[in-house]
Amino acid sequence: MAILLIAEHNNQALNPTTLSAVTAASQIGGDIAVLVAGSGCGAVAEEAAKIEGVSKVLLADNAAYAKGLAENLSLLVKAQASDYSHVVAPASTTAKDFMPRVAALLDVGQLSEIIAVESADTFKRPIYAGNVIATVRSGDAIKVITVRTSAFDKAAAEGGSAGVETLDRACDAGTSAFVSEEMVKSERPELTAARVIVSGGRGMGNGENFALLEKVADKLGAGIGASRAAVDAGFVSNDMQVGQTGKIVAPELYIAVGISGAIQHLAGMKDSKVIVAINKDEEAPIFQVADYGLVADLFQVLPELAEKL
Amino acid sequence: MKILVSVKRVIDYNVKVRVKADNTDVDLSNVKMALNPFCEIAVEEAIRLKEAGVASEVVVVSVGPKAVQEQLRTALALGADRAIQIDTDTMPEPLNVAKLLAKVVEAEQPGLVILGKQSIDSDNNQTGQMLAALTGRPQGTFAYALKVEGAPDNGKAVVTREVDGGLRTLSLELPAIVTTDLRLNEPRYAKLSDIMKAKKKPLEVKTPADLGVELKQHIELLQVEAPAARQAGIKVNSVDALVDKLKNEAKVI
Repeated sequence: MAILLIAEHNNQALNPTTLSAVTAASQIGGDIAVLVAGSGCGAVAEEAAKIEGVSKVLLADNAAYAKGLAENLSLLVKAQASDYSHVVAPASTTAKDFMPRVAALLDVGQLSEIIAVESADTFKRPIYAGNVIATVRSGDAIKVITVRTSAFDKAAAEGGSAGVETLDRACDAGTSAFVSEEMVKSERPELTAARVIVSGGRGMGNGENFALLEKVADKLGAGIGASRAAVDAGFVSNDMQVGQTGKIVAPELYIAVGISGAIQHLAGMKDSKVIVAINKDEEAPIFQVADYGLVADLFQVLPELAEKL
Repeated sequence: MKILVSVKRVIDYNVKVRVKADNTDVDLSNVKMALNPFCEIAVEEAIRLKEAGVASEVVVVSVGPKAVQEQLRTALALGADRAIQIDTDTMPEPLNVAKLLAKVVEAEQPGLVILGKQSIDSDNNQTGQMLAALTGRPQGTFAYALKVEGAPDNGKAVVTREVDGGLRTLSLELPAIVTTDLRLNEPRYAKLSDIMKAKKKPLEVKTPADLGVELKQHIELLQVEAPAARQAGIKVNSVDALVDKLKNEAKVI
């Protein structure tokens, strides 16, 4: 068996979710080749070559792959796939975009967001927003898989010494073009990589009050998240949303503030190691999943917490 | 320009799912079913494009047993012009649905196909992308905003996508495939008079054989189970107690 793993990166640095996907690939077994497709992304390939357990890095450096256009990436991956038994990628919005396209070009099914490897062809994945876990088996010759990275530990970023091969193929479908992007700039860790997350819900009242969460997050080096209710109410931007339709996270510590705990939200954070809930409504469902609950007014608690941490 | 919208019948958003006693599947007997929420957004977006004069006709299609006609009628009541049911015994997996839809695209020649980004039952998030691959067309997935510019034969769809870390805008040559995210729009409710009118709108039934598609199984469902339940912990009565527990008991700070 041989596995082709598509790296997640921003052309400058490897996204740590790639390391979790390497762990999933190691559990499947076989040689792991990492494909770094991008533009001006040589440093990412060097980084990928050092990951423990990686046997080869394929570097496809071309303007056609600069912005992760699915039309172009899927052609590139499809052209490589015949040498492999598995094509694996972390379930980022980029991979969720191009991987099903790869699967269709190969005429195979896709296994989306696996959370456990049972064998080389059998996997567990959440369905119904994580309320049910399905065990599924692929009968296809090439298995196309996206990995829910919060379910796998990260492979060691150092220790490997794989060679880097350059792919000259430029796959440009010519049907789509990048126009612009609005990326949220933040000094804080990304939610999917953060060790600690502090999240606010509708109970925060407005966007300005998220400053209270920031003070707590500063003390903990934490990322800041939000519930769908807070995003829909316009308090904060959508990239902060934790939940079924937002980001799925599993940090060591998750502090939910003013979040009632709708199923939608729980689906995105219930695998966190330790959950703290702060809410003035003691009947809030969030307390049913919290390791530590504090029934109190968040506007009093947050300044005190920031001071005492 | 014609817009094709694909919709799926799923368990209602508010129903708590139960696993069958023999763990073979989820128990859907006597459960309220509905239009998949992301598909509802897809229908709404198509209707708005028709109201804005961009689209001339909205055709809605669904794959599944006869019961999916209920969701097709819902889409017709919301404003779609006609419907196609592709009749199958069960709900086929995404690649099969994409192959069936690709044949409908071939026959109908829409300028735009809009689908929900995923269904809230199987959570696959695949069908739109697979359809785009099979038809060789560009895709704008997880759409937050959609604009159609220029004439249908040489126009473009400008799609702003929800991506990790923010928003990204792409320009796609038409025909294009778009999948909807939550914030693209807020779907309307159907008026009673429109529900009555929808009963008279055309609904055509086709089979996979009519479309020349043979359904194949790629992924087999072996078992389903409820996830391990998380136990509720303890309540603390002060910030001091909380900080103490996090430091000395959980040891996470």
